[in-house]
Amino acid sequence: MTHMPSRRLFLQAGLAAGGGLLIGLRLPGHNRALAAPEVEPFAPNAFIRVAPDETITLIMSHTEVGQGVYTSACMLIAEELEVGLDQITAEHAPPNNALYADPFLGEQATGGSTSTRAGWKPLRQAGAAARIMLVQAAAEKWHVDPATCTAEHGVVHHTPSGRSLSYGKLASAAGLLPVPKDVTLKPASAFKLIGTPAKRIDTPAKVNGSLRFGIDVQVPGMKIGTVAASPVLGGKLISIDEAAARAILGVRDVVKLDNAVAVIGDHMWAAICGLKAAAPKWDDGPNAGLSSASIVQSLAAASDADGVEAHASGNAKAAIASVTKRLDAVYQLPFLSHAPMEPINTTLHVRPDGADVWLGTQVPPRTQAVVARITGLRPDQVTVHNHYMGGAFGRRLDVDSVEQAARIAKNLAYPVKLIWSREEDIQHDFYRPYYYDKVSAGLDVNGKIVGWLHRTTCSSVMARWLPAGMQKGGKLDPDTVECAVETPYEFPAQLNQFVQVENPGVIVAWWRGVGPTHNVFVVESAMDELAALAGVDPIEFRRRHLGKDPRARAVLDLVAEKSGWGQPLPKGTGRGVGLQIAFGSWLATVVEASVSERGEILLHNVYVVADVGPVVNPDTLAAQLEGGMIFGLSMAMYSEITHFKGRVEQSNFHDYRALRINEAPKVHVHIVNNPNAPIGGVGEAGTAAASAPLANAIFAATGRRLRRIPFATGQLSQA
Amino acid sequence: MFELTVNGTSRQVDVPADMPVLWVLRDVLAMTGTKFGCGIAQCGACTVHLDGNPVRSCLLTVGDAAGKQITTIEGVGATPEGAKIQKAWLDLEVMQCGYCQCGQIMSATALIKAKPTPTDTDIDEAMSGNICRCGTYVRIRAAIHAAAAA
Repeated sequence: MTHMPSRRLFLQAGLAAGGGLLIGLRLPGHNRALAAPEVEPFAPNAFIRVAPDETITLIMSHTEVGQGVYTSACMLIAEELEVGLDQITAEHAPPNNALYADPFLGEQATGGSTSTRAGWKPLRQAGAAARIMLVQAAAEKWHVDPATCTAEHGVVHHTPSGRSLSYGKLASAAGLLPVPKDVTLKPASAFKLIGTPAKRIDTPAKVNGSLRFGIDVQVPGMKIGTVAASPVLGGKLISIDEAAARAILGVRDVVKLDNAVAVIGDHMWAAICGLKAAAPKWDDGPNAGLSSASIVQSLAAASDADGVEAHASGNAKAAIASVTKRLDAVYQLPFLSHAPMEPINTTLHVRPDGADVWLGTQVPPRTQAVVARITGLRPDQVTVHNHYMGGAFGRRLDVDSVEQAARIAKNLAYPVKLIWSREEDIQHDFYRPYYYDKVSAGLDVNGKIVGWLHRTTCSSVMARWLPAGMQKGGKLDPDTVECAVETPYEFPAQLNQFVQVENPGVIVAWWRGVGPTHNVFVVESAMDELAALAGVDPIEFRRRHLGKDPRARAVLDLVAEKSGWGQPLPKGTGRGVGLQIAFGSWLATVVEASVSERGEILLHNVYVVADVGPVVNPDTLAAQLEGGMIFGLSMAMYSEITHFKGRVEQSNFHDYRALRINEAPKVHVHIVNNPNAPIGGVGEAGTAAASAPLANAIFAATGRRLRRIPFATGQLSQA
Repeated sequence: MFELTVNGTSRQVDVPADMPVLWVLRDVLAMTGTKFGCGIAQCGACTVHLDGNPVRSCLLTVGDAAGKQITTIEGVGATPEGAKIQKAWLDLEVMQCGYCQCGQIMSATALIKAKPTPTDTDIDEAMSGNICRCGTYVRIRAAIHAAAAA
């Protein structure tokens, strides 16, 4: 889902409203339509605000879903601005694609593990430009050469004369200076903050319950509501028992939409009881017959024919036509819900002349646009108050719940907080697509792969979410083949195809790890199967197929060492390996797991070796790899959304399971020191890496090859 | 009308007897540290202490809680065990999104109060009712051991 951005940098600066220095910078995206022709030099929205009262505010263009980006972004700015993290306040950016677009995504959105990659250079440049201007302001005041001044911890010093001035006192003068044309950044050897395990800026408020997520918003006069939408996508509301709902103590309003009903009360309990009493009846509509069996059947049928070509080198079909050993395998990955811990919620106040919306969103401009569309207001009349998110995993890249909230709230004169139950969340998500992947590959007499065919059959997220991101005349969704076309390996002949099948009753969405979470499972499972066919150790087999890329070899060799690869294990325990290049980061992973006689899978240890290039915060990096791995193992073990009679069959954490602490493995993270390489993303890398090494470990432990996720829902207890 | 004692303070609430304490805290008393996650006692995000024991407030009715001591995340730091757990959580940077962590901290505090030096098995038993989607379990375990050793 990423595109390499232009690296041009636009800086503006000037006096901030109310005095002080305002530094703005613009990262032009690949989508020209989103970039404003000229940004107001005194725009109130920028990246750095230094006020005369010494407050330093850094405005966060990306959103915090738990990945630690607020801390990392602040570290990048603070490093060059010469301030400490204890001196700054982070502020959520308002919706503004012109100012805050992610250059990889082309709009102000947080996803695809792009935030730190996008900010790595520009945020340091913004910090450096501000520092240069503040130093210049001091030098002019003192009539000295700026080269004789130094900046440290928010103060400019002139050592020869012993004078110093704080940034706050210099801010207004600095705001009148021109922005420096050339900004020289510190070499890595001079970093004071970058590369250190600096403490996160958001955790002190998270540890005592004081941090406000979207769901915690309280607005004067606010009521609270909950919603039921048609259990079948495309269904309609027939009737409700409105009198019964209104009879519940504390219920204030009932709002009927064509496909949903909301009950609003003084508190959530009144809304919950009112919705139950309303007992909505539905016309299931055209998707009433939808079932998982029929969806898989249609994918399997479609996968028999050639698809759109994503890559072709050599003649892969001919290469494997006459081999002695070949693999023909089908790998399947189920529909997935996101299930972030913070349930879906939106608080809205719609008035004739404007609207306020409070929530946590990965896409502030889409939020603003959809509220404007539904209410008939102009986008500039819609104020988005973004919040920290209690997880997102891609769920809050969509605004369907905001649209629904706006349709409800425009009928109400007061602010309303609309909260979905967990059941509503699991059953009305936009789901990660079901992937039906075929791999055929052949080995020569030396055990080398001579041809590789990989055909992915699925629905397209890109076609819905960002049609402009489609390739080959709208026929190829590049996300469906990410990490399938480009693998760590070199094959003499390779063919990749995409077959698009849309299922009318299911809407598909981005899910943590996007394309790589899907394709790394397929490629690394198939590589393991081929190693077994060749009779070669799985790590050695991978080594023999690597290209000249030294980073892939290095992480693979190191994970073999760290995991004790090749050393004996108890009976029933196995190690599995996986290798990936995804989000600009190199990962090698070994999972150690065992299978009990009853077929239960036990996770013991995970060893991850990561080469992500420069490291902004090693502790955050380790946390993302630990957590991302457990998120991915959760999926591989348990996660599956199924449909029957048009309805989602799962409803809450008892049947849409997440890994719990007693099931979680130890995760050992090793970071390769590689500060001069381009910077990689880490928020999704661990998730993408998790499932294949687990499947491979289960094979090593039992001889059973699992080609369908999830693994721990009975596959191994079946004969 | 029910009388609740929340973090040592007496509060009068005029709500239905079957209303869960979760919603009383959040929507009536404006104490939003206690989180809604599942509503069926599967995730532990809403954990509070009732007379010192960890309970899921999404299924605890106000009628059953009346007359007992309720401790929430807003008040747990005033106890020695709660303060130790919160400090360990910060020292080890346990939290990612943080949404489940109020519940994790309430469960962990109750654990080290009952078992000052818990084993890994004790941690599994006490903490397996608290889901973390960010997958911070590695650090939760380490932080509980660190708090116990502090």
